[in-house]
Amino acid sequence: MSAAGAAAAQSGKAQNGAAEAIHVENLHKKFGQLHVLKGVSLSARDGEVVAVIGGSGSGKSTLLRCINCLENPTSGIIRVNGEEIKLKADSHGHTVPADRRQIERIRSRLGMVFQNFNLWSHMTLIENVIEVPVHVLGVKRGEAIAQAEKLLARVGLAEKRDVYPAFLSGGQQQRAAIARALAINPRVMLFDEPTSALDPELVGEVLKVIGDLAREGRTMVLVTHEMKFAREVATHVVYLYNGLVEEEGPPEQLFGAPKSERLKQFLRNVG
Amino acid sequence: MPDLATHARRRPCRRWLASNPGAKLIDVFLPASAAGIMELLSPVAPGWGGTLLVGLLHSIEIAIGATCLGLMIGTAGAFGKLYGGPVTRDLLAVYTTVVRAVPELVLILLLYYAGTDLINQVLTAIGYSRVDISGLAAGIFVLGFVQGAYSTEVIRGAILAIPQGQIEAARAYGMSPGLMLRRITVPAMLPFAIPGLANLWLIATKDTALLAVVGFFELTLATRQAAGVTKAYLLFYLAAGALYLALSLFSNLIIGRVEAWSRRGMPSVREAR
Repeated sequence: MSAAGAAAAQSGKAQNGAAEAIHVENLHKKFGQLHVLKGVSLSARDGEVVAVIGGSGSGKSTLLRCINCLENPTSGIIRVNGEEIKLKADSHGHTVPADRRQIERIRSRLGMVFQNFNLWSHMTLIENVIEVPVHVLGVKRGEAIAQAEKLLARVGLAEKRDVYPAFLSGGQQQRAAIARALAINPRVMLFDEPTSALDPELVGEVLKVIGDLAREGRTMVLVTHEMKFAREVATHVVYLYNGLVEEEGPPEQLFGAPKSERLKQFLRNVG
Repeated sequence: MPDLATHARRRPCRRWLASNPGAKLIDVFLPASAAGIMELLSPVAPGWGGTLLVGLLHSIEIAIGATCLGLMIGTAGAFGKLYGGPVTRDLLAVYTTVVRAVPELVLILLLYYAGTDLINQVLTAIGYSRVDISGLAAGIFVLGFVQGAYSTEVIRGAILAIPQGQIEAARAYGMSPGLMLRRITVPAMLPFAIPGLANLWLIATKDTALLAVVGFFELTLATRQAAGVTKAYLLFYLAAGALYLALSLFSNLIIGRVEAWSRRGMPSVREAR
């Protein structure tokens, strides 16, 4: 925390002592004519769990995918651990990362968990988990395997280490994907609707794993439809509406006493 | 009992052979006895078996070389078509369209004669003496160039068939483009590419026969020589056919193994039926 804290000191004014892990400022994203994000700001300090909620098409997934430039923002500032992602305009006028190595380095410290798991289908679970440590971060294979076995055991998949993802249930695949994200020892974990593609009876096992991680103080940005879960684990909740932050605050306030009419309406609809 | 049955079946067969003019024809083409056939096909000096085997070896060399070159062109071409700029894409579209539109024999004649001529003209223009292009190198280049166009489309299709999320995950974890190609894209596209590439390999083994027209000593030309000298046309062309068949069967065996390996992460289609 201290090493990153020094870097973050210039950007994040440590309000509760913790450094700012993710800082997003006035982010805009257009897909052609479609203006998806219209100036969103977001901040996640070390140890915080920020839940992003909102209706379909509100831009919450796009916001998350902009943090590691899976979608290139049209304009705005993104800082990860105090380091600003350098952006430039390409020949077509699209904004793209200016420094490929910088964005690759930043990405390799953000553990992303996808809605559709996106495990590599030609690798067994253990191979999936060690892939990034060994080939991107340069960890020795033996060490990576030892660590991966611990992580798979932790998500309850120790005995499935040599099984290919296609032979597992969605819940098991998502837990393996969480182990893959943990294997890079991420500074921040990004969850993009991690339970939306799961059968209802499999949601619980995945939420339990994420909940445990949240309680041990992992920094997370969590895009989710599970309101009850967001209320339980989040330290800060952001409600997006139509590409803008409509309301944000601690979960008790947002879920207990929402101020915005739209949020009240939204909570009535999903609740 | 079984003996009686076979006898009964054999007799009409013999009668048919005797009365069939085709059987006489076989006699014409195969003047030699069984011992004579073995002698003609013997791999040592008086026999022509060795010549055929050398021809087969050359065919295999060309097919392997051309397939490797084609795979390299095809991989680069597929990536160029999918991710390249407008100029790259247009150039590749011209390449794949033209090569796939023109008969291969025409391309071989064109590239072989015009190509060697062009190289020599360039060489003399910049002050070097003319060179003889080796038949092997020319054959590999010409067939590889043709194979490249077809491979481009096979590999492009295979890359498009990769679930996009797997590529996205590789990007999200900071893989560089080269690492992603090696660790994710190529292994993930293989199951979709192998049936098409296997076709191309089998076509390459047989396309080597087209190089006989430019005088390259491969199996078909070797067969023509052997048959021309001995007049045992049917024997040698059947032998050549058997060699091509053996090559295909052996290839199928290897390809089957490779395909099963490349699909290791996929549930069996049969079980899902």
